[in-house]
Amino acid sequence: MAKVFTNIGNWINERAPGMAPMYRAHMTEYYAPKNFNLWYYFGSLALLVLINQIVTGIFLTMNYNPSAAGAFNSVEYIMRDVEWGWLIRYMHSTGASLFFVVVFLHMFRGLMYGSYKRPRELVWLLGMLIFLVLMAEAFMGYVLPWGNMSFWGAKVIISLFGTIPVIGDTLVEWIMGDFLPADATLNRFFALHVIALPIVLLLLVVLHIAALHEVGSNNPDGVEIKKGPKGNRWDALKPADGIPFHPYYTVKDIVGVGFFLMIAAFIIFFAPTFGGWFLEHDNFIPANNLATPSHIKPVWYFTPFYAILRMIPSLFGTAVWGVLGMFGAIALLFLLPWLDRGKVKSVRYRGTGFKVALGFFVVSFIALGAVGAGVTAEVIPEWFGNVDVTFWENLFGRLMTLIYFGFFAFLWAYTHFGWEKTKPVPERVTTHD
Amino acid sequence: MTKRQLLMKRYIFPVALAFSLIVGSFSAQASEEGGLPHAGTNVQDQASLQRGAKLFFNYCVGCHSLKYMRYERIANDLGLSEQEVMENLNFTGAKFGEQVISHMPEASAAAWFGKAPPDLSLEVRAKGADWVNAYLNSFYLDPSRPVGWNNTVFPNASMPFPLWELQGLQTAEMKQVEGGDPVVEKLVLSQPGKLTPAQFEQATRDLTSFLEYASEPAALQRHHYGVWVLLFLAFFTFLAYLMKKEYWKDVH
Repeated sequence: MAKVFTNIGNWINERAPGMAPMYRAHMTEYYAPKNFNLWYYFGSLALLVLINQIVTGIFLTMNYNPSAAGAFNSVEYIMRDVEWGWLIRYMHSTGASLFFVVVFLHMFRGLMYGSYKRPRELVWLLGMLIFLVLMAEAFMGYVLPWGNMSFWGAKVIISLFGTIPVIGDTLVEWIMGDFLPADATLNRFFALHVIALPIVLLLLVVLHIAALHEVGSNNPDGVEIKKGPKGNRWDALKPADGIPFHPYYTVKDIVGVGFFLMIAAFIIFFAPTFGGWFLEHDNFIPANNLATPSHIKPVWYFTPFYAILRMIPSLFGTAVWGVLGMFGAIALLFLLPWLDRGKVKSVRYRGTGFKVALGFFVVSFIALGAVGAGVTAEVIPEWFGNVDVTFWENLFGRLMTLIYFGFFAFLWAYTHFGWEKTKPVPERVTTHD
Repeated sequence: MTKRQLLMKRYIFPVALAFSLIVGSFSAQASEEGGLPHAGTNVQDQASLQRGAKLFFNYCVGCHSLKYMRYERIANDLGLSEQEVMENLNFTGAKFGEQVISHMPEASAAAWFGKAPPDLSLEVRAKGADWVNAYLNSFYLDPSRPVGWNNTVFPNASMPFPLWELQGLQTAEMKQVEGGDPVVEKLVLSQPGKLTPAQFEQATRDLTSFLEYASEPAALQRHHYGVWVLLFLAFFTFLAYLMKKEYWKDVH
């Protein structure tokens, strides 16, 4: 048997001699720092979820009907009459939410350890593009079940483009292909969701990984292992603190995959709606343009950005500022490598100001999520009794919006004017586990 | 810093934070149903589902469909034979493999009640079991309404209360509010029905359980397979951990 494999290997090698070197360059001879910690699982987990979304998505399209008349029924058909349809659908819906969980954690890792800094700016930019496409992909996927929240969510989000001066209204009609989200909207969202955006996403993921492997991975110490001493057990010219990605990190990532799948399986089998956070109650009611849900809100992963949109008031007779703020909140992330001038990468050796600011940033992001999801509107009267909810919610939400944007302003000033007092960065990576 | 403190700082703290956030968001969500009493339904309780199905097909299907639910599926999931279902539950004349469709013509229903009775296939998923159960317990006589009934959970509901012969008749004790219309203070049972209040509570719980099952029949399979999947994954992760440890022995 082994001989058969060797022969097949040789046969391929003769015809495509570049393939084996490519495998080595990205797997067995890609030297990753040996001190990755928990935060370094989320990249491979994001890839796992992407594959899950594609595979389950293929099976869903086999029974889904992308028409306003048939979409909702076909989803229930999948849930009830298709063999294992419920499992495939829950894997897809849970996967969508977990995709954002791992991507948010992956991005936070980048913030914490300065992974966006030189020489990894391109890796960060490609990653941000992935995030952007992922948001579009998730939004369009959310519309497909054609529940009432799908419909109203689509209406609200598409209407955002209506705030653009002059061309706004025409643009909204052009996007929807109708005056309301309708059959035409659903058809094109289906096409974009199952073909166009996944292809873009896959291409970007390949580029993201290729760009990463070009410069090499960062690590929790923010030490460039390529600049450190050379020579390890496998190669005299490669970094001393590097270990081959395969098998070391492949076997390690499998452990992470195991833990992650346990969490995912728990949700899929025991809490697929996740208390209304992953699948919303109002989306089990078919789309109805005459009945508005009591609270229109996006799914949880859009709520921080949605809160920024809501919290920024109209000025000079236009509501475009909120829209600009929402997109600006994402655009600023793109600019991070140039806003942060600090030379030290890892939070471990950065100034106290950075640590505090990062903490505030995380708190503001989660708090904005709570505002956007309507949690504050609910807990304010519960905790403080008979008060003006809108006033206090706006005050809180606007404060958090200021902190969110303030993080970027502070980070620029802090590093630009040399206020940061950093600790000495070690020559070599420190710990590993 | 000792290794343990490092571990504490790097792992335990973030994990605990994430966990508390998740729990926090869950409890915030739980309060969304607005302080309704807990329905206490259990879709694993087959006897309860059978009693609920009986109530549904005796009292509800005259007006309400379960258009995504098939008689055959109900038989299989509730441990009933084809004969039992066709003789005792199927009053619509549908075939065994067909869906539960009410015979009430939608147009006339809308004329009779002001609004066609909604399909109940997904009622519990849309409104929550607590809401449905509370709704079924909150009908009272109100001569000012077109069909003579009103409801405290869903004010001015257009539905008459078909379970009145079981529960009896409830009337509302009104309370005057300053500068507003009187509001319902509490409901009292002015004429007892066939069931005692405790029996009726159980009956609505059964009915709600059945509707909860109907809104997601896959819940039965989910719970059944879920345990095995988790056990397998725990074992798999353990093996993966051992493999990782073995491979990483020589990394210092």
